[in-house]
Amino acid sequence: MNSHATARRPASERSRDWLRQNLFSSPANTLTTLLVLTLLAWLAGRFFSWAVLNAVWGQASVATCNALMGQGACWAVVADKWQQMLFGIYPQAEQWRPALAVLVFCSILVLSAMRACWRVRRLLVLWVGGSLLCAWLMAGGLGLTPVPTALWGGLPITLMLAVFGTLFAFPLGILLALGRRSSLPILRAASISYIELVRGVPLITVLFMASIMFALFLPEGVSFDKLLRAQVAIILFNAAYLAEVVRAGLQALPRGQYEAADALGLGYWQTQLLVVLPQALKITIPAQVNSFIDNFKDTSLVIIVSIFDFLYAVRQAVISDLDWRHYFVEGYLFAMAVYWLFCYTMSHYSQWLEQHLSRDQRN
Amino acid sequence: MPITKNIARSLAALTLGVTAGTALAGPTLDAINKRGTLVCGVHTGLTGFSAPDRNGKYAGIDVDYCKALAAAILGSPDKVKYVPLTAQQRFTALQSGEIDLLSRNTTWNSKRDTTMGSVFPGVWFFDGQAFVVNSKKNPKVRKLADLNKASVCVETGTTTERNLADYARANKLTFKPVVFEGQEATEKAFQSGRCDAYTTDSSGIAAMLVNLPSRADYTVLPEIISKEPLGPMLRRNDQEFFAIMRWMIFALQQAEESGVTQANVLQMKAESKDPTIQRLTGASGEVGKGLGLDADWAVRAIQAVGNYGESYDRNIKPLGLTRGMNALWNKGGLMYPMPLD
Amino acid sequence: MWSSERLRNVFYQIALLLLIGTLAGYAIHNLVHNLESRAITIGFSYFGQEAGFDISEKLIDYDPTHSYGRAFGVGLLNTLLVSFLAIIAASLIGLAIGIGRLSPNWLLRKLAGGYVESVRNVPLILQLLLWYGVLTELLPPVAEAHRFASIYLSQRGCTLPWPVAHAGWWAALLGLLAALACSLFWARRARRIRDRAGHAPRVLWPSLAACLLLPLAGWAAFGAPSEFSVPLISGFDFEGGKTVSPEFIALFIGLSTYTAAFIAEIVRGGILAVGRGQTDAAEALGLSRSQRLRLVILPQALRVMIPPLTSQYLNLTKNSSLAVAIGYPDLVSISNTTLNQTGQAIEAIALMMGVYLTISLAISGLMNWYNHRVRLVER
Repeated sequence: MNSHATARRPASERSRDWLRQNLFSSPANTLTTLLVLTLLAWLAGRFFSWAVLNAVWGQASVATCNALMGQGACWAVVADKWQQMLFGIYPQAEQWRPALAVLVFCSILVLSAMRACWRVRRLLVLWVGGSLLCAWLMAGGLGLTPVPTALWGGLPITLMLAVFGTLFAFPLGILLALGRRSSLPILRAASISYIELVRGVPLITVLFMASIMFALFLPEGVSFDKLLRAQVAIILFNAAYLAEVVRAGLQALPRGQYEAADALGLGYWQTQLLVVLPQALKITIPAQVNSFIDNFKDTSLVIIVSIFDFLYAVRQAVISDLDWRHYFVEGYLFAMAVYWLFCYTMSHYSQWLEQHLSRDQRN
Repeated sequence: MPITKNIARSLAALTLGVTAGTALAGPTLDAINKRGTLVCGVHTGLTGFSAPDRNGKYAGIDVDYCKALAAAILGSPDKVKYVPLTAQQRFTALQSGEIDLLSRNTTWNSKRDTTMGSVFPGVWFFDGQAFVVNSKKNPKVRKLADLNKASVCVETGTTTERNLADYARANKLTFKPVVFEGQEATEKAFQSGRCDAYTTDSSGIAAMLVNLPSRADYTVLPEIISKEPLGPMLRRNDQEFFAIMRWMIFALQQAEESGVTQANVLQMKAESKDPTIQRLTGASGEVGKGLGLDADWAVRAIQAVGNYGESYDRNIKPLGLTRGMNALWNKGGLMYPMPLD
Repeated sequence: MWSSERLRNVFYQIALLLLIGTLAGYAIHNLVHNLESRAITIGFSYFGQEAGFDISEKLIDYDPTHSYGRAFGVGLLNTLLVSFLAIIAASLIGLAIGIGRLSPNWLLRKLAGGYVESVRNVPLILQLLLWYGVLTELLPPVAEAHRFASIYLSQRGCTLPWPVAHAGWWAALLGLLAALACSLFWARRARRIRDRAGHAPRVLWPSLAACLLLPLAGWAAFGAPSEFSVPLISGFDFEGGKTVSPEFIALFIGLSTYTAAFIAEIVRGGILAVGRGQTDAAEALGLSRSQRLRLVILPQALRVMIPPLTSQYLNLTKNSSLAVAIGYPDLVSISNTTLNQTGQAIEAIALMMGVYLTISLAISGLMNWYNHRVRLVER
């Protein structure tokens, strides 16, 4: 009834009501509004004049930027170096390939976000096929010039580390989660130790281990590519976190589900694969997306073991060029914008999904 | 079917990631020949020594050494796989067999030669630790003693950190070290004014200054506080490869001493009557055979990168560094190639 | 049937054990072989050797003649210091922003929401690099330091006056700790009295008085020192006072603002988890908004918040290892230097992981214990 009344009143009145309710409902509220407004005006004003009004846009020389004396942003550094920032030292003539690979990776992500694709077989085809396509684009062969992994860099690496880091961590995480809830004591102990051990240390130490000491544990003569070692480290690290996500889903299932499966005479694996996991995985989808976002952000740590991911490429592009070195803030802001775009989209998707799924469940 | 082979290899590298066995039970040389590439650990980016250009091609004096070896062993200077390494990663990369050799401006000292599973076959570049200050900000600093109580930017993972502490202790000075990961971050911090001085090998300082638009503002202090004999490294207990690596250094230096250059090496081989040149180029003697290589090993190396002086002039001279200690022994330097016989 | 399943389970487990054992054995065999064939020495004997490098920030006495072991201790303390301070700051900022997100004021709500969305979606290491870059680039050199009273802000960091070491200061610190302990004790006592007698004695004012008077008493009893070391510019740097380095400041700001965004979400979730009826009831009792928050909602929300908060505190501690990217001498940075000078990669990395694992297990143990206690109160 109330809403009917509001809807019929003129717009100006409605917005005045809204203002009163949301901004000026009490003296304290009014004071807050004024304070926040001042703060915002000051901050946004300064940022705006630096980043937009006084900034140098498009291609420009370093001298033009230097003439600004720090009063405005020098976006020319991004205009000059965006290729290097996005694709690292990948041969310039071939840079359409990593660009296409990024596009393929993004399509994988977008497609798997659509519910029409939520069938095991479709997802498998999508992820495995897409990954192989990207691998071919990056590595070459079959008509493309081969490019060694040492020259790969930039955004494709970041996406690759994140996407493969989740893809392969998933089965491992599910096994660990099942192991942790198993009734077999040794299996349970092993799973718990692994999960807690990995979750107890920072990713950077795991990366150190992979990049520095791992090779000493292999037989003489066998060695893995540096990028691959980091990839494996990320997978193993991620698996422990995914295991906890899946476990939360397993715990949330009512006991009745297990009992019903028992009553049907299903064995352990049948129960898990046909009854328990599909439901447990479904209710944890938002958590899985969040875990993917964390993983995506965490891939930036490979910079410390000098793997050419997106952040490394940006830093290298800005800092190693002494002319542009002064304008690293603009470079980092560019990197931030890219990371933010990915993570923000995904986190909003995850929130939307959460509501969507809970509505599903109620119906 | 090179294409299918290529895709098969890259797929294998992606899915399994096993790069073909490095350093099998036998010595390194067998593994290199079997694989067909030389795997060389280099710096991630140090102008003059090893730095990738915009197309990812590595260049520098340390890279030249790898190219010369690949040319001598495998017949082509392009058969090298470069593995860029940070200061932390370099020793274990060598120990574990990920790389065949390390050519990454590494200081030769007793610890690295004895307890770390590695050995140095010789010196490729004599260096020393120096200091640079911004004379616009600190006009009064003329010598190291003036830097007492100053903040000094240092890169982690090098001998530099320890040398700094040693020097301070011996000369009753205090420095406040500010330690960074990676040479770029260290340089950046120094230039932004975080520290009063930056210390590293004098070649590193020269490499930084040569690229700097405002290089006139900076002063390199006269003191050199340490000996930094930089050289390549290989794994212990591999006499065959050790000999190749050691004599590659001597061969390139001998070529300079004898006036053999990239341009004239074939002509010298055909025409020279000088017995040293004949032995160097394989026209006589059995130097190559002794190393387990063919007679033309040094010719190919010189064709690939030139003699030591040429490599130096191409890579280090643009940094504004004179030959100094790195000149040949008969020109007042320390480079003394052992006789070929 | 039952016994055959049991037998099968035992068999599976033995197989698993064998598999793990074989893998571990194989790895160790390879390691031993690799180390032996290359004559690499292994062991922790390097811990006693002279370190030979200096560390710019230290909480305990250290110089290059001290051992690697002591250097490791310096790094560990630095890690603990920055984590501890950042945890406190992140909690406070997070609490404020979490409450701000539920404010009746639309603008404040959106501002808090914008903060969370922008900070949370960018990798921490990038934020650290930016904070550090901006700090060193924007702050003036020592000679032109910004000055507020006796506090200076320059490229060398923040330099403050600092009391000269004296027994009186330590006594004051001890007094403060004693006062805090007394207040805590008194608060529990008061609650018990309230449960028994129905009305509680005052807690806040006596506690504040104790926190003021006890340190003062300690300070006065030990000679009432008034000597401060005041920073003065001399040559390259400040003479006297205490300097907090830009590396520390950048790490502290980066860690606390980043974690605060996550804590804000936890706070918000916790408050929302407290039933609407609780708020209504509190409102009906005539409590003001701040009283409702402090007395009714937050205490209940805390129970929901503790497990996720624990994991955020753990994350923060683990994230402090990113210090290595901006040059703060933390545990990882010192271990790296040690690893390089000694070549003892396995020992250095294993030790590093062991320490973080211990810290993690200790914090989560502590928080579990606390969680358990809070839950007991409820029942």
